[in-house]
Amino acid sequence: MATRTRYAPDRGLTVRMTATMFLLGLVFVAFVALIIGIMIAAHTSAGAIIVVALIFGGGSAWISLFYSDKIALAAAGAREVSPREAPQLHAIVDRLCALADMDKPRVAIAPTRMPNAFATGRNSKNSVLCVTDGMLGLGLTTEELEGVLAHELSHVAHKDVQVMTVASLLAIVAALLVRFAFYSELFGGGRRMGGDNGNAALLIPLIMLVSIVVYAISFLLIRLLSRYRELAADRSGALLTQNPSALISALSKVSGSMNRVPTQDLRAAEPLNAFYFAPAMKLHGGNGGGGGGFSLSGLFSTHPSLEKRIEELTKIQRELGQVGGPDQRGLR
Amino acid sequence: MGFLDALLGRTKPVQPKLDDLFALPSAAIQLEAATGFTPTGSGSVCFRAPEGKPFADIQNEVRELLDMDADKGTALPVEVIKDSYAYTWLVSNHLSDEMDALVTDLHAVNSTLVDNGYGPQLLCTLVAFRDASHRRLALVYHYKRGTFYPFAPLNEQRQERDNALEFQVRGVLGQDMKIEPDQTRWFPLWGAPGL
Repeated sequence: MATRTRYAPDRGLTVRMTATMFLLGLVFVAFVALIIGIMIAAHTSAGAIIVVALIFGGGSAWISLFYSDKIALAAAGAREVSPREAPQLHAIVDRLCALADMDKPRVAIAPTRMPNAFATGRNSKNSVLCVTDGMLGLGLTTEELEGVLAHELSHVAHKDVQVMTVASLLAIVAALLVRFAFYSELFGGGRRMGGDNGNAALLIPLIMLVSIVVYAISFLLIRLLSRYRELAADRSGALLTQNPSALISALSKVSGSMNRVPTQDLRAAEPLNAFYFAPAMKLHGGNGGGGGGFSLSGLFSTHPSLEKRIEELTKIQRELGQVGGPDQRGLR
Repeated sequence: MGFLDALLGRTKPVQPKLDDLFALPSAAIQLEAATGFTPTGSGSVCFRAPEGKPFADIQNEVRELLDMDADKGTALPVEVIKDSYAYTWLVSNHLSDEMDALVTDLHAVNSTLVDNGYGPQLLCTLVAFRDASHRRLALVYHYKRGTFYPFAPLNEQRQERDNALEFQVRGVLGQDMKIEPDQTRWFPLWGAPGL
């Protein structure tokens, strides 16, 4: 097939994302191996704790994934809207879904003054795309709003909710282990095990220590992964609409008006942060540090800085501008 | 979209399916026999033009591209319109009994766009019909699915469509034409040029 294409994959982003996921997997494997190793060394059968943590962690992750659309809508206080209630919104989503050949998600509006949008759901059939009143009232042009919606639809297409749920499983299990180990230490766990082996007394603090370290590492990796996936959604969205400039201007309008928003709204929105268009909660204020240097807030945030997102979108602008430029690389 | 693409957060552009468009002329005959709807002779191709280039440039580019096909013997009287959702429509007008020529034109427009890298940007093709009482009907071809669906607008302002008519058309054409089985994808095109 010699048909020309105007799309080019971002190899660098793919590599960085793969590396992050590989590291997460590696940490998980190392974690399990270490726990098993500790248990064998201590000749104890504290395995029950780990099995319970895995079941609890996996179970809660599965439930939050399965009901993610309902949970998110309820948490945001959002209401599903029909095409007649929100004709423009539906028309834009219709067209984007037709262009991308994907199932149309349900469309909802949340009565929040903070301008934002999110998409969630366990699969494409059960996903929901939610836009806040603040976003609609921002006076975005059709093309800017379309950019926002294309970004959210890309999250659905990339199955970001599923990917991030699986990715956070490790952190959930590690956190549960810390808690279980702490409680069993408190409530006579030591007394029970004291009889059979001296090593057992060390076991629980050791598991706690390992879990805390694993939790910290996986937390950072998950945040990193989340930022990469935001960039990926920006990219796919811009390529779908063929209009990165509109997404850039939407991003700057949304970020610009976020600073004037009262804090109650921000706190209420915090649990949904990971799937938002723009971060609702900022750890240290500002947009992830204006400078190019290393910043702690940049390391912890779920979204890349505005500067970074605009920089990446500007690259796409250039790609789209040079007709025939990225085409010759034989992609498929 | 594959597992790996989802995992890596990338989207492959969806290439359009073009050939099924040639089912239209025979469908038009069937439609007239069963429901009395006749083609108005106008049809349109809707696609998303990339930004950066001024609209006039795209217009010229498409004109130029279509003129290069002039050796096929058909001059293409194509009108270029931009709608309020920033999509570009290429409208071709023929006489109502020239369905074959219309479809050939539309196909020429499509393949020109695809050959020049606009394939993933193609949204739909629309062919308009009317009946004696001036009811409007469009057969919309959905490129990415390779399927058709009927769209019968009743009232643009109130966004009402004649679902009964649409299902009737599906009944008439469903045997010989690939009608989109998923009705949630029969998206409306209010105020579409050429309808």
